Formats: sequence, structure tokens, C-alpha cells
Amino acid sequence: MINWYKSMLRIRRYEEAIANLINKGEVKCPCHLYVGQEAVAVGICTALRKTDYVFSNYRGHGHYLAKGGDANEMMAEIMGKVTGCSKGRGGSMHLVAPKVGILGNTAIVAGNIAPAVGAALKSKLLGKDDVSVVFFGDGATEEGVFFEALNFAVLKKLPVIFVCENNSYAAHMKLKDRQPFTEMASKTQPFLESMSIDGNDVTDVSEAAVYAINKARDDQGPTFIECKTYRVLGHVGPNDDVDKDIRTQEEVDDWKMRCPIKTLERKLLNKQIITRKEITRINNEIKDKVRESIAFANKSHYPREKELMMHVY
Amino acid sequence: MSIRELSYGEAICEALSQMLEINNKVFVIGVGVNSPWYMGNSTKDLNKKYNDRIIDIPISEAGITGIGVGAAASGMRPVVCHPRMDFMYLAMDAIINHASSAHYMFGGKVNIPIVIRGVINRGGEQSVQHSQSIHAMFAHVPGLKVVMPSTAYDAKGLMISAIKDNGPVIYIDDRWLYETMDRVPKNIYDVPIGKGIIRHEGKDLTVVATSYACHLANIVAEKLEKEHASIEVMDPRTIKPFDFYTLKESLHKTRKLLIIDGGWKTCGFAAEVSAMVAESKLFSILKCPIYRLTLPDCHAPASKVLEKEYYLNEAKIKSKIEEIIAK
Repeated sequence: MINWYKSMLRIRRYEEAIANLINKGEVKCPCHLYVGQEAVAVGICTALRKTDYVFSNYRGHGHYLAKGGDANEMMAEIMGKVTGCSKGRGGSMHLVAPKVGILGNTAIVAGNIAPAVGAALKSKLLGKDDVSVVFFGDGATEEGVFFEALNFAVLKKLPVIFVCENNSYAAHMKLKDRQPFTEMASKTQPFLESMSIDGNDVTDVSEAAVYAINKARDDQGPTFIECKTYRVLGHVGPNDDVDKDIRTQEEVDDWKMRCPIKTLERKLLNKQIITRKEITRINNEIKDKVRESIAFANKSHYPREKELMMHVY
Repeated sequence: MSIRELSYGEAICEALSQMLEINNKVFVIGVGVNSPWYMGNSTKDLNKKYNDRIIDIPISEAGITGIGVGAAASGMRPVVCHPRMDFMYLAMDAIINHASSAHYMFGGKVNIPIVIRGVINRGGEQSVQHSQSIHAMFAHVPGLKVVMPSTAYDAKGLMISAIKDNGPVIYIDDRWLYETMDRVPKNIYDVPIGKGIIRHEGKDLTVVATSYACHLANIVAEKLEKEHASIEVMDPRTIKPFDFYTLKESLHKTRKLLIIDGGWKTCGFAAEVSAMVAESKLFSILKCPIYRLTLPDCHAPASKVLEKEYYLNEAKIKSKIEEIIAK
């Protein structure tokens, strides 16, 4: 549980630092920040093995860090440096870490759902027990390819876990203005076992993840997990979109009260698993790491102009 | 080396079968791969030998192509089949946003060794959405290689090279070529991607012709030879990357160029080759303008009368060539 706490706090502090760099004009690359949703990435990824696959999206910093992607390389990538995980070609939306099973984040909504099913097909065809997880938002369930991928995964009983992070918004639009459904799991239930859980409770997320992962490894097919959560910041960038009349301050404040990190922190303190002193120490360690990552990115070189065409097949 | 005659369709099937045999990461997936008619004889009976690795699919072109991309990213070598190219538009996100770009977008860390096979399947009054040749659209995209074999020998060799390639290859075969016969070695062999070939030697005019158009151009060149016209026919075999060297050698000899392509004219393959020549030093040695013979900028019609007007044939090619060499 302490590891969950550390991992979630680490994501939060990196995102806050990136928001700060955007405000200072030091980061120009569009960043879709993950603040508020940390329990989903951490609950799922800590239940996975290194060799399992994770397919993520443009709001992918949290998944990348939780699965074991290198934080320095992430920061350098966001700053467009050649030491970045994608050597300055991908930016914030295209993080990658094949050594820990992250085969590349997509900026196309629902773009990685079918590829995740493809990696699961590999496990099936080669008789391996690696599972494949794909993270996507409630908006991605509006894309046709979502159902195509779901249908095939169920048909072939593939070891894939569909993790829908229902944060109630697709860019500026509320779920109720986009869909007749408020429960994502209700519309996938006809296809496959689907569950709806509190995405701000890392214990719940982890429990669902362990169940779905074991089931997939045992060749019992895919599962759909809807994690109800909220992105505290706006669609893209460091602001909260309250000023744009997209949502109310009350709504944002309500969800801040349900912060997944604070919730776990209270639980750890109440159960005396952790002390205030230890929390301060963990915070300081993470702050040092974040500073180190920013320094690494700052002192790294940009890619050379003459290398523009490098990595085109 | 054992050589015997095979049809174009049989040659594709043999390439797939041999690659499935030597590499368990190869699999074939697509609409109708186990159907008695969708893929002609090009996937015939593969499922009997390779079972789970021959996957006939629900009608989900976008999903299945994306699944192929993910399987390739994780180390497999899928051959994704689209029995009519027209349906590939549904899969453009997977092909362009994901397959073509992943290697670049992820700084060279991810390979997508996928073959995406589109079949040109036209004629017979099938009309607009069952007749297209959209190779030029793929050639426009960085990161995609596009091959178009015109003989059974190349159909086998290019399929083998495409499967071995570490990047995405768009492999386009033509149903009008399926019954053509050629001498095809029994062993596994490569036809290198990016290397064209002179099919017919001549000195009066260079004709660059793709796929089925090349098949027709060869027949016309043979006939014209008897009428004392000397036509050089270049088959690019790969339209991207295009083998400019072979064209250059030929143009130094003939100094006249006609490009024949079974795709649309505007921004098409013929336009691209014209531009490559026009902006090179070759332009100054040409004796006349560069000519193009393509489909008109019009959708494929149904009525057989209009179809005849629409598609390329020997008579149209012969008449165009005669017009140019008379200049």
C-alpha cells in the first residue's frame, strides 16, 4: 500500500511540475495532465508484470510512470530533447518504453484499443501468458473501432483488459451531452464481463485489476473495467477549464475532496501503516527526483537538424 | 533450383505458405481469407495447414488492421488482407496514424513489421466502391513502402521481402493478373523492395507501367516490335521507394517518357514520376514532353459500355505509344 502511495504521489508531483513549466513557458508541447486519476494507472500497473503490455494515450504520463517508464526520459521528451524516450520526435502524447511493455502512446482517441488487442493476439498465438492492458477515456467508447476491437477480443477470448477511465469529459463536452449512457459498463456488458468501480480508490482498482489479469492469464478472456474518476485539470494544459465555463468551481472542488492520494493517505495513517514523518520523507524524496528529471532534461541536447529524417522507415 | 510455371494467385499463396512454415510469428488475417472466392486462390487451403494463424474475421477492417499493428509492434509479422482495396479507407487510421508513423514517432524504438495487402478487384460492372486502385494515396505517406507486382515471379518474391521487412509494406496485387503464368522457383527468394526491372528492351520510348498496366504494356511492346517500333518497358515493381536509377539509365537511351498507371491522374503515381524527371537533369535531354496514360479523374462506372471507356487496354496503350513515337 505504501508503494501505491509513493507511485501515485510521484505521478502527481511530476504533473504539477510540468504544469509549472508550462506556466513559465519552458514547456510548449501540449500536455494532457493526469492529476486526479492517479489511482487508475497505479492500481492497474502495479498488478502487472514487466513483460505485460500497456497501451496508453495522449493523457499518458501516469501510465508511463506507473508501468516503470524512465522519468528523466519522459521529462526530456516533453521538452523535445534527444535524450527523451522518443528522441524528441513524439513529445508528451507519444511516450514509449518497450523494455517495460509500453509500445507507444497514441494521440488518436481510441487509436490504441485495437493494437492492444493485437498484442493480446500475439500471446494467444504463441502460447504466452503475457496480458495486454489498454487505457482510454469515456470519449473513446464513442468511436466505432472500440466495438470492433471488443468484438474480436471476445470472439477469440484474448488476454486483454479494457480500462475505461470515465472522467465525465471528452475535451469540453460532458458525458451526458454525448451519450445516452452514464454507465460505461452497461453498454459493454452484452459483449463481455464488465465492472464499474470507484477509480479514485486504488484498493478497488487493484482488486479489479488482479481479478481481470488472473482471468486473462488463465485464458478466460477479456474484461472491461470502468473506473469512475475525474480529471482535476482541464482537457489540455495546466488550467482547470472553470474559466471557460466548461465546468463549475463547485464540481472541481467536490472532486478534489475525493483526491485518490489524500484518501489513501488517510487510510494509511488511520491504520498506522505510515507516519507523518514518513510521509514528509517520501514527499522530499519525490521532490528531489522531480528536480533531478528537470535538470536532466534541461541539460540535454535538442536533436540535430540534420537528423530530421532519421527513423522514417 | 527447381522452377515450374505457377499462376500469380498460386505464387502469392506459395509465398505465404512458405513464410508461415519457417516463422511462427507470421500470420494471415483479413476478411475472407478462408472464403472460397474473396481472395481468389491466393490463400487457398492455408487454414488446413496453419489453423489458428489463418484468421478469417468479422467485417471490421479498421479494428483488424489496428490489431495487426499491435501484434506487429509486439513482435509478430502479420499479413493483413483486404480483398478489395476500396475497404482500406476504413483502416486508414491504423495504417497511417499508427503503422506508418510508429517507428518515427517513437524515436526508432518500435518496429511495425506488417504487410497490409490490398487487392485491386475491378471490372464486371462492379462500379464505384468495388473497383479502386488507391496505391498513390499510400505512396504519399512517409514510412510506407508500396509494392505492386506484375508477374507471378515478383508476386512471390515481393511477398517474401514484404514479410521480412521490419517496416509496414503495402502490398497491392491485381485480380486481373491472377491467372497469368510465370516461371516461379520453388525455393524462398527475395525480390528486393525498391528495385525496378526492364521488362522489354527498346530505344525509341521508355514506358514506365505499374502492375496490370505493365502486363498490357509488355504485350503492346511485343506487337510493336514486329512493326519495327522499339519500346522499352520498365516495371517499377515498387512504387515507393521508386527506382529512379533504372529509369535514368533507360531515359538516357530513349529520351522519351510515357507513364502508364491504373490509378487516377491528379496527384497520382504518373504525376509523381513526371515530377521526379522534370526536376532532375534528365529533363534537359528529353526530346518531347512527358506523357501520362492513366484512368480519367472519374469514379469507376458500372455499365460495360462506360467501363470499356474507363479502363486501360491494349488498344489505348498502343495508340498512345504510336502517337508519341511519331513525334
